Amino acid sequence: MTTTLSTRRAQAAPAGTTSVRQSITERIAPYAYIAPFFLIFAVFGLVPLLFTFYVALFDWNPIGEHVFVGLDNFTRLFADTRFWDAAWNTISIWLLSTVPQLLLALGLAHLLNHARLRMAVFFRMSMLVPYITSVAATTIVFSQMFDRDYGLLNWLLGFAGVEPIDFKQSVWGSHVLIAVMVTWRWFGYTTLLYLASLQAIPRAIYEAAAVDGAGGWKQFRHISIPSLRPVIVFTIVTSTIGGLQIFTEPLLVSRLSPLTCGPVRQCQTLTLFLYEQGFGQFQFGYGAAIGVALFVLVVGLATVNYVLSTRIRPER
Amino acid sequence: MTKTIRRSGERVRWWTYVLLGLAVFACLFPLYWMFVVATTDTATATRLPPEIVPGGNFFHLAGLVFTTVPFVRSVVNSLIVAGTIAVGHAVLCSLAGFAFAKLRFPGRNVLFLIVVLTMTVPTQLAVIPQYMIISSLNWVDTLQALIVPGLASAFGIFWMRQHLSTTISDEILQAARIDGATTWQIFWRIAFPLVRPAAFVLGLLGFVTAWNDFLWPFIVLKSPEMYTAQIAIKALQNSYSIDLGLAMSGSFLATLPLLVLFVFVGRRMVAGIMDGAFKG
Repeated sequence: MTTTLSTRRAQAAPAGTTSVRQSITERIAPYAYIAPFFLIFAVFGLVPLLFTFYVALFDWNPIGEHVFVGLDNFTRLFADTRFWDAAWNTISIWLLSTVPQLLLALGLAHLLNHARLRMAVFFRMSMLVPYITSVAATTIVFSQMFDRDYGLLNWLLGFAGVEPIDFKQSVWGSHVLIAVMVTWRWFGYTTLLYLASLQAIPRAIYEAAAVDGAGGWKQFRHISIPSLRPVIVFTIVTSTIGGLQIFTEPLLVSRLSPLTCGPVRQCQTLTLFLYEQGFGQFQFGYGAAIGVALFVLVVGLATVNYVLSTRIRPER
Repeated sequence: MTKTIRRSGERVRWWTYVLLGLAVFACLFPLYWMFVVATTDTATATRLPPEIVPGGNFFHLAGLVFTTVPFVRSVVNSLIVAGTIAVGHAVLCSLAGFAFAKLRFPGRNVLFLIVVLTMTVPTQLAVIPQYMIISSLNWVDTLQALIVPGLASAFGIFWMRQHLSTTISDEILQAARIDGATTWQIFWRIAFPLVRPAAFVLGLLGFVTAWNDFLWPFIVLKSPEMYTAQIAIKALQNSYSIDLGLAMSGSFLATLPLLVLFVFVGRRMVAGIMDGAFKG
C-alpha cells in the first residue's frame, strides 16, 4: 500500500499541469453528477410551472396571437360553473379514493405483519399486480365490469334484487367508479410501504404489550399506528398531490364524450378540464389559468394534510 | 420472553387468510376478467349471464388489434421509451445520489433540500408550457419528448442516496482515493456495483411508470406510428366499432409484457419497495 502511494505521488509531482486539470475535474465532479437532474427539472418542471402563471395572463392561441388580458382569465374562470363542477369532482374523487385506500392498506399491512404467515411472498406480489397494470387497461376493464347493462357487478347485484346502477352516467356513480380504479391500483403499493414500517418495530414492544394484556386491536392502535406516523404522512401528502391530478381514468371512462367525462361533465376533473380547454379548444391562456387554480388547490390541500397528519400522536 | 407469549403473539388466525385471500382475489380478478373478455367475441361480452371462462377467440381479436392500429410498432415504441428511461434513470439517479451521499462539496445540503422539495411540486398541471417547450425544441411527435423528461427524478435520487449512504462505508472510498482513484472511478468501479440491486429496482419502477404513462404521450404524440402501447389502447377504444373485446384484447396485450417481467422480477420489486426510504 505505502509503496503504491509513494510511487504515485512521485509520478504525479512533475506533471504539474495534468494534476491541476485533474483537481479541477475532481472539484466540479459532484456538481456534474447532480446537474442532469437540475437541468431536467428546470426545463420540464420549474420553467413550465412559472410560465403557467405568465401564460394565464394572456389570451393565448397556440397558432395565432397572444394578447395580454391581465386577470381576465381568472375572472372568467371563477364565474364559470364548469370550473366549480370540475373542482368539486376533483375533490370528491380524491376523497373517495384516498381515504378508503389508506385505511385498507393499514388493515392489510397489519394482517401481513405476521412472522409465521404462510405464502407471504405470494400475498405481497399479488398486491403489486394492480400497480404494474396501466391506468388505461384498468379503466377499460373496470368500465366494463361496472357497466349498466352487461357489467358483472350489476349482474351480481341483480340476484340481491338491486336495480342496475348506471355508474357512468350519474355523478356519484362515476365518482365511485373512478375512485374504485384509483384505490385498486394503489392500495397494494401503500400496503407494502406500511408493512415495511411495521416490520421495523421491534417485536419485543408487542410482546411487552401482550404481557400487559393488550389485545390485537389495542396493539394496532397504540403501537402500530404511532410508529407508522412518518410513512402515513408521506402517503397522505403524495396521494393528495397525485389524487388531485387524476386525468386518464375520467378521460377513458366515457367513450362518447371523453374530454368532458360524460354529457353533463359528471366526472370531469380539473386536469381533464385543463386538457379540454388547452388542447381541445386551443385556449392556452384559459387552460393555464385552470393550471394555476389547480396549483393553489394542490399546494393548499397538501399543506393542510401535512399539518394535520403530523399531529397524529400516540393516544394516551 | 417465555415460549407461551411468543406463540400466542405470533399465531396466525384463519380469518387472516380469508381476508388476505379476498384482497388477492380483488387484485387478480380484473386481469382475469380482461383476459376473458379479450377471448370472447363482442356478442358474448354483451350477454347475460356473462361468460366466466375464457373463450376461443383470443387469436382472432389479437389479430384485429394488430390490423386496426400499428400495435407492434406501439409496443416497440413503448419498449424504447421505457427501456431508455429505466437505464438512464437508474444511472443518473445513482450518480446524483452518490454525490449527495458520499461527496463533500459546498452547497450540498441546500441542493439536496431543493431536490426533496421538488418532489412536492405538482408539475403535471404545467402541461401547456411543457408542450410549448417541446414544440419549440421541435420534439412534438417524437420519442425523445417522452424520454428526456423522465431520465432523472427527485424520488430516484432520494432513493439511491439512502441506499448509498447505508451500503457503502467511507473507509472503502478513502482507501480507493489513497490508491489514486478518481471520483468517477470510485463511483463506477466501487459504489455503483455495490448498489446495483437498488438501482435495478429503481430502473424497474421507472420502466413501469414510463410504460404506463398516459397524459404526456397523449399530448405529445400525434401520428399512429409514434404511439406508445397505452395510446394505442385509446385508439382501439375510439375505433369505428364498439367492440369491447377489441379494446380489452389491446389492453391485455399491452399489459402482458409487464406481467411476464413481473413474474421474474416481482419478488425483487416487492423487496425493493419495502426496503426503500421508510424503513425505520
